[in-house]
Amino acid sequence: MSTTANDRPAMGLRTGDAPVSAPPSAGAKKLGGAVGWVDDRLGPAKGVNYLMKKVFPDHWSFMLGEIAMYSMIICLLTGVFLTFWFVPSAGHTVYDGSYVPLQGVGMSEAYASALNISFDIKGGLLIRQMHHWAALMFIVALSAHMLRVFFTGAFRKPRELNWIIGCLLSMLALVEGFAGYSLPDDLLSGTGLRAAEGFMQSAPVIGSYLAYAVFDGPFPGEAIIPRLYSVHVLLLPAILVGLFTAHIVMVAVQKHTQYPGPGRTNNNVVGFPVMPVYAAKAGGFFFIVFGFIALISAIVQINAIWVYGPYDPSPVTAGSQPDWYMLWADGALRLLPGWLEFSAFGYTLSLNVAIGALGLIPVVYGAMAAYPFLEAWVTGDKREHHLLDRPRNQPTRTAIGVAAIAFYLVLALAGSNDILAIKLHMSINDITYFFRAATFLLPIVAFWATRRICLSLQRADRNLVLHGRESGRIVQTAEGRFFEVHEPLDEYTRWKLVGFEGQEPLQLTAGTDAHGVASPAAGKDKLRARLSRLYFQDTVQPVTPAELEAAHHDGHAHEAIEGGSAAELEAGSSSGHH
Amino acid sequence: MSTEHSTDTVRLDEGHHVGDGGIPAQFANPGLPPHVHRMADESEAAAKRAERQVAGLFTLSILGTVLFLIAYFAFDTAHRTWVPGIGTVSTSNLLLGVGMGLGLLGIGLGAVHWAKTLMPDEEVVEERHAMRSSDAARGEFVEIMRGGGEKSQLFRRPLIKATLGGALGLFSLPLLVQLVGSLGPLPKNHLSLTMWNGTPDGEGGYTAYTARPRLVTDPESLPIKASDVTIGSVYHVLPEGLLPSPEAEDEHLREGLHHGFLEEKGKAAVLLMRLDPKDFQDTPGGKKAQEWGYQGIVAYSKICTHVGCPVGLYERTTHHLLCPCHQSTFDVTDDCRVIFGPAKRPLPQLKIAVDDEGYLIAAEPFHEAVGPSFWERG
Ligand code: HEM
Ligand code: FES
Repeated sequence: MSTTANDRPAMGLRTGDAPVSAPPSAGAKKLGGAVGWVDDRLGPAKGVNYLMKKVFPDHWSFMLGEIAMYSMIICLLTGVFLTFWFVPSAGHTVYDGSYVPLQGVGMSEAYASALNISFDIKGGLLIRQMHHWAALMFIVALSAHMLRVFFTGAFRKPRELNWIIGCLLSMLALVEGFAGYSLPDDLLSGTGLRAAEGFMQSAPVIGSYLAYAVFDGPFPGEAIIPRLYSVHVLLLPAILVGLFTAHIVMVAVQKHTQYPGPGRTNNNVVGFPVMPVYAAKAGGFFFIVFGFIALISAIVQINAIWVYGPYDPSPVTAGSQPDWYMLWADGALRLLPGWLEFSAFGYTLSLNVAIGALGLIPVVYGAMAAYPFLEAWVTGDKREHHLLDRPRNQPTRTAIGVAAIAFYLVLALAGSNDILAIKLHMSINDITYFFRAATFLLPIVAFWATRRICLSLQRADRNLVLHGRESGRIVQTAEGRFFEVHEPLDEYTRWKLVGFEGQEPLQLTAGTDAHGVASPAAGKDKLRARLSRLYFQDTVQPVTPAELEAAHHDGHAHEAIEGGSAAELEAGSSSGHH
Repeated sequence: MSTEHSTDTVRLDEGHHVGDGGIPAQFANPGLPPHVHRMADESEAAAKRAERQVAGLFTLSILGTVLFLIAYFAFDTAHRTWVPGIGTVSTSNLLLGVGMGLGLLGIGLGAVHWAKTLMPDEEVVEERHAMRSSDAARGEFVEIMRGGGEKSQLFRRPLIKATLGGALGLFSLPLLVQLVGSLGPLPKNHLSLTMWNGTPDGEGGYTAYTARPRLVTDPESLPIKASDVTIGSVYHVLPEGLLPSPEAEDEHLREGLHHGFLEEKGKAAVLLMRLDPKDFQDTPGGKKAQEWGYQGIVAYSKICTHVGCPVGLYERTTHHLLCPCHQSTFDVTDDCRVIFGPAKRPLPQLKIAVDDEGYLIAAEPFHEAVGPSFWERG
């Protein structure tokens, strides 16, 4: 080994190495320690800088998705805790834990371990209740988030894919919840599984095979608990986490939508950067959701599995109901009349069960996933949208959404028809007939009423813009008449009311091509044009500056005197240049 | 942004041009409103106050965590406390939850309050860019993909293309076949048979009885004397040999089923009622019900023909059976015909008789599958 003539420290350059460039700046110097070590190897600082500077618009309704995300994380976390004590086995055992009423009772190991979690493991009941409360919170928040996205039109291009992912997430969350609810193997969860087996049997042709495959033979068997367990703790969580990650990445790539307002356009995002504001708000919010779930689990009991005892196919389970998010499917089963079951040629088609139990959820979710494409087809709108709609400015969409909610609510209420009958002192038959009719009628009424309400809200907006706000000041004119002074809106307030696009139905050629020959697509085009006309029927356009000007000159002129119509108009047009 | 009317030249090949009198067609976005300062931005005292509030919330969190730790070691799971408004609850659950809740809420509320009062609240504007890639990038993408196809000679070698397609189309079959083939046994006719047909052979089938089985009570597993069944009474009934009957002479009956009693119970559970014979309706159903019964005693499957819940409620006055799951209602006086609810089929009747000692026996097994409908049940 040869050394060079001039000694150098061990850390120094080897001969031939390039010298270190300029000494690090003050900022760079701080990036020492572990973070610097990682950045030396992976260089994440660039990407992280970008993320930390990202701007998110602020609105309370944007927190709904956040709540859903946090509740899911809390489910994952508490779920892992539960796996340490839960025994996913239908094997028979005799209970000898500390809950006296069930001592000596034969039951499955799954149920015994769930009792054990609830009574003998310190903090176990808390974790179990947090898991269940977080699951409910997950589904509530996710549904509310979905409604927000629907009613503000956030599903429009370019976000259709994320809407579909959202639909999938929501559907899988229902399945995940049902699988979890079935694990403890108490009387209620077993009764739920019993019904699920009946659902499978109702599948045309393959029903009994399907049920025997899923349950590994006759119901209940010993396979369903371990199988549901791996679905619940592994398969579905993996899919949920995967879809959810894609969901969030897409939000970051496409940037969040924002509500219309002064300074907000389709080409910008106005809000707060992640560092520090969003990091504090969103991070803090995680703790709030987590803390809220812990508090509620401390105070309000949920799914007291010890009350009804272990599963047994024969005892009475009056008032048996699934978790609330399954009520609507249960309600559909209660409403579907028995005559929908048909027998012919020695085969039975049980549509009274299959429609509600197997068809409803896929069909409803399919329709939901297709909605963005149907709406775009009807409106002919192929542009990117980053500004949200105020629900009233899209009367037809809003009405469709409310009609869907009405349909859902009727089914969910029908899922409690027995309880309603007792509470309202009505006969269960009358209530059921009422709900059968309401399933079809209420959505129609809701659609019509919502559309009317939206249109009148829009007209009220126009009125406000045209005639200003009532000031409460009464003035007497020279002729002795009294009138209330109306104050014109300032331009920021006004923009909130006029800053949306006017709408026109699609104009499609009347089904003939240039030579007057009916084109093959004519029927479809006609349908499309008709739907488009219906969609935009009675549409209310935003106030234009010319209309405002005219309003100031007509009979209400005295109102305008206050603000000075000329000055107003100037403000309206000049502020455009900034 | 600028308003639209500012062009001075008008193109005449675009149809009419309506003058706007110098008024823009639409209002223009007025831009961000001026920023309004918060109290804490203007007064140091207010900022100090906000700081103390945030610190207070963080302190609350610390106290919550301490409460959790103390409660964890101080109370065992059996300890109970009465809390006004809630009732008697597990002390440990209550204090652990409240402690953990405060520990978390304190952090969360503190951080949010901090962000709202002291962190910058002036909005920032970020530009958006169209999601679409540039035409050049899209062109290049097509080139790269097509180039890949060409360089690999995929398009020129149909043999490779066809066999690769076939292989890719089929490779998942083994997994599918394994899954579908091995998940569970075939149902055969097992859904149509119950323990009223015979003793379970352990494979889902049944070995016929030599003597017809007695009806026994659930859960005591005692045989039922017809003379003991008074008018108006209801019994939950199982075939003998399902549950252990300590008093039986036969060893098998004494022990009951070692395996699969939930599965057998799920199909064989029966409700037994005695009606005054004149309560039965004068219909074909009502007559058949009496014929298959014994002096007004009738036995029906307890498993609902809708989706299989146990039919749980018997209204003595109307002789209606009601399923608690979706309220299907069956009329016992008319052979358990469905008179309300989503079920279609009546509950199957079990034909009964009495043996030499006067005990009720199942004269025949069920004539049809019990429980929910399925395709090949007929
Ligand atoms: C993300 C969505 C999830 C939802 C909606 C959900 C929902 C549920 C529900 C409703 C229960 C019944 C709880 C009760 O006993 O009252 C349950 C039980 C259970 N869950 Fe989850 N869960 C989720 C994720 C997970 C994960 C990721 C795991 C494990 C890694 C897990 C493990 C368990 C276990 C072991 C049980 C049975 C324990 C018991 O019932 O005492 N869960 N789940
Ligand atoms: S299971 Fe009996 S009514 Fe549905």
